[in-house]
Amino acid sequence: MLRYISRRLLSILLSLFLIITATFFLMRAAPGGPFSGEKKLPPEIEKNLNEYYGLDRPWYEQYTDYLVSIAKWDFGPSFKYKGQTVNDLINEGFPVSFFLGMEALLLAVSLGILLGVIAALNHNKWQDYGAMIFAVLGISVPSFIMASLLQYVLAIKLGMFPVARWESLQHTVLPALALAATPMAFIARLTRSSMLEVLSNDYIRTAKAKGLSKGQITVKHAIRNALLPVVTYLGPLSAAVLTGSFVIEKIFGIPGLGSQFVLSISNRDYTTIMGVTVFYSILLLFSVLLVDIAYGLIDPRIKLAGGKKGE
Amino acid sequence: MEKLLEVKDLQVSFQTYGGEVQAVRGVSFHLNKGETLAIVGESGSGKSVTSQTIMRLIPTPPGKIKSGQIIFNGEDLAKKTDKEMEAIRGKDIGMIFQDPMTSLNPTMKVGHQIMEVLVKHLKMDKAAAKERAIELLRLVGIPFPEKRVNQYPHEFSGGMRQRAMIAVALASNPKLLIADEPTTALDVTIQAQILELMKDLQKKMGTSIIFITHDLGVVANVADRVAVMYAGKIVEMGTVDEIFYDPRHPYTWGLLASMPSLDSDDKSELAAIPGTPPDLTNPPKGDAFAPRNPYAMKIDFELEPPMFKISDTHYAATWLLHPDAPKVEPPEAVKKRLRQLSSNYPQPVIVKESE
Repeated sequence: MLRYISRRLLSILLSLFLIITATFFLMRAAPGGPFSGEKKLPPEIEKNLNEYYGLDRPWYEQYTDYLVSIAKWDFGPSFKYKGQTVNDLINEGFPVSFFLGMEALLLAVSLGILLGVIAALNHNKWQDYGAMIFAVLGISVPSFIMASLLQYVLAIKLGMFPVARWESLQHTVLPALALAATPMAFIARLTRSSMLEVLSNDYIRTAKAKGLSKGQITVKHAIRNALLPVVTYLGPLSAAVLTGSFVIEKIFGIPGLGSQFVLSISNRDYTTIMGVTVFYSILLLFSVLLVDIAYGLIDPRIKLAGGKKGE
Repeated sequence: MEKLLEVKDLQVSFQTYGGEVQAVRGVSFHLNKGETLAIVGESGSGKSVTSQTIMRLIPTPPGKIKSGQIIFNGEDLAKKTDKEMEAIRGKDIGMIFQDPMTSLNPTMKVGHQIMEVLVKHLKMDKAAAKERAIELLRLVGIPFPEKRVNQYPHEFSGGMRQRAMIAVALASNPKLLIADEPTTALDVTIQAQILELMKDLQKKMGTSIIFITHDLGVVANVADRVAVMYAGKIVEMGTVDEIFYDPRHPYTWGLLASMPSLDSDDKSELAAIPGTPPDLTNPPKGDAFAPRNPYAMKIDFELEPPMFKISDTHYAATWLLHPDAPKVEPPEAVKKRLRQLSSNYPQPVIVKESE
């Protein structure tokens, strides 16, 4: 197990290196730069700026410098926000996005699995159709419409929650719901189809022949076996949800990390683009690793390679 | 002999898009205490449906018990609710399935799967159940049961898994064990071991067994009585000797002739029954076996044969037993085994008029 994890950590490092390299060069290959705007800057000022941020030096120097500083977990100063480093941006934005993302993730997983299980147990009955209509809506309605609808109905009409801003726990409910809708619908569909498959297995019939009740069969025999596809989906999903969503953060006025992703690109804020990309990659790679470890725990037939052979 | 189970005129259908499939069409038999009854037939003959109906494992819908009674221990199982059946399944009736590779839950320890039965039906606590699970694994011949009890099914071989399944089925000492083709998925040497084990356990525990199979070799080995099923009906039933040495139904002849035996010389070809079983969405008029039956007479295509009684224990449903029927010779392979049985009546007696 330890050997497996250390091998995976090495491959994560390698992936990160490739991601950094690709982003670094792609970013520079795009036309324009951090200081090109509609109004042309005077050449002297631009020269000074380039010198200050080290953009006048040859690309290979910039590249190696960047690799060294990233190894020290230093993403450099932001080009856009004067006096702030990218580390500051991430340290400010990520906790907000993380909290919101966690809330949404918990909602999506618990409600999604519940809906999926109910639908599968009542296959082709009204509960099944109801849950699936709900799921199709959740998948097909874009999050900005879902967000506005929630604001309109729950905040403005019913006054149950504040419309926007990021102040108290109350403020987190609507954005979390809006953020959770799509993944929840997806998880519900995944759980349903995987439950249906599991329920048709021979060992479910065996469990029934033992005299176990429907509830016991579902909880003890079916759900665990049905969860593998959901866990697979959880890896990339949690990385995406935890780093925040541009749309939801804009609509609810939340100071999260998600908007930095999008804004940094239109700003050509080189260091911020790099910083958030690397940060997202790290989250993604680690959540995939966690998923793989979770596999082994859920299904004993999956032996993590590099673990002890034989037995 | 005390009857443990009596099935009376059982009819089971499945509602499908193509119409109603009449999988079991009026099956009656009984099982005595401590006895082994083999139900034989080809795929689709309704033998598995019959056995699963006794356990009420048929999914309803699409399945439906149209009529009939399943008297077990004086109670009619056909009338029980699902909740009431939970107290009987696994406790009074245990079941073993065909494919040991898929019949155990892959993500649950084998010991735990046995313990479930003990906790549910015998109200044991966890520690006692585990002790008993180890004992059961030892009883079914699994070496190092203390270690095996904590392993997962994928760490067991096929034969071991079937042994574990037997341990699950016998955990609460059931009165009836239904074995649905328990050796079909195993190779021959393991088959023999599993059959030995089942006979051995039956002797120890006094369990009655319904043994579903399509393998007549297995039947000769384990059964006291045999019921031959075809197209959802029992066409012939009798003791093992009666079925093997004095078969009366042409379908039974076909089955016996298609079974290789030690004394069959290598020149003679193994006989096959031509054709395929009928579509039970529209069961044929008359005898369902008639289109495949080389001995079929005109009446076979028009009127279903009644059940004839050849001895106290031997029944067959074929017009060939009628006094007016011409005398026919069974196939060569069957003729070689025929013996004169002293228990036979002088003349077959009609017991049931055809509808």
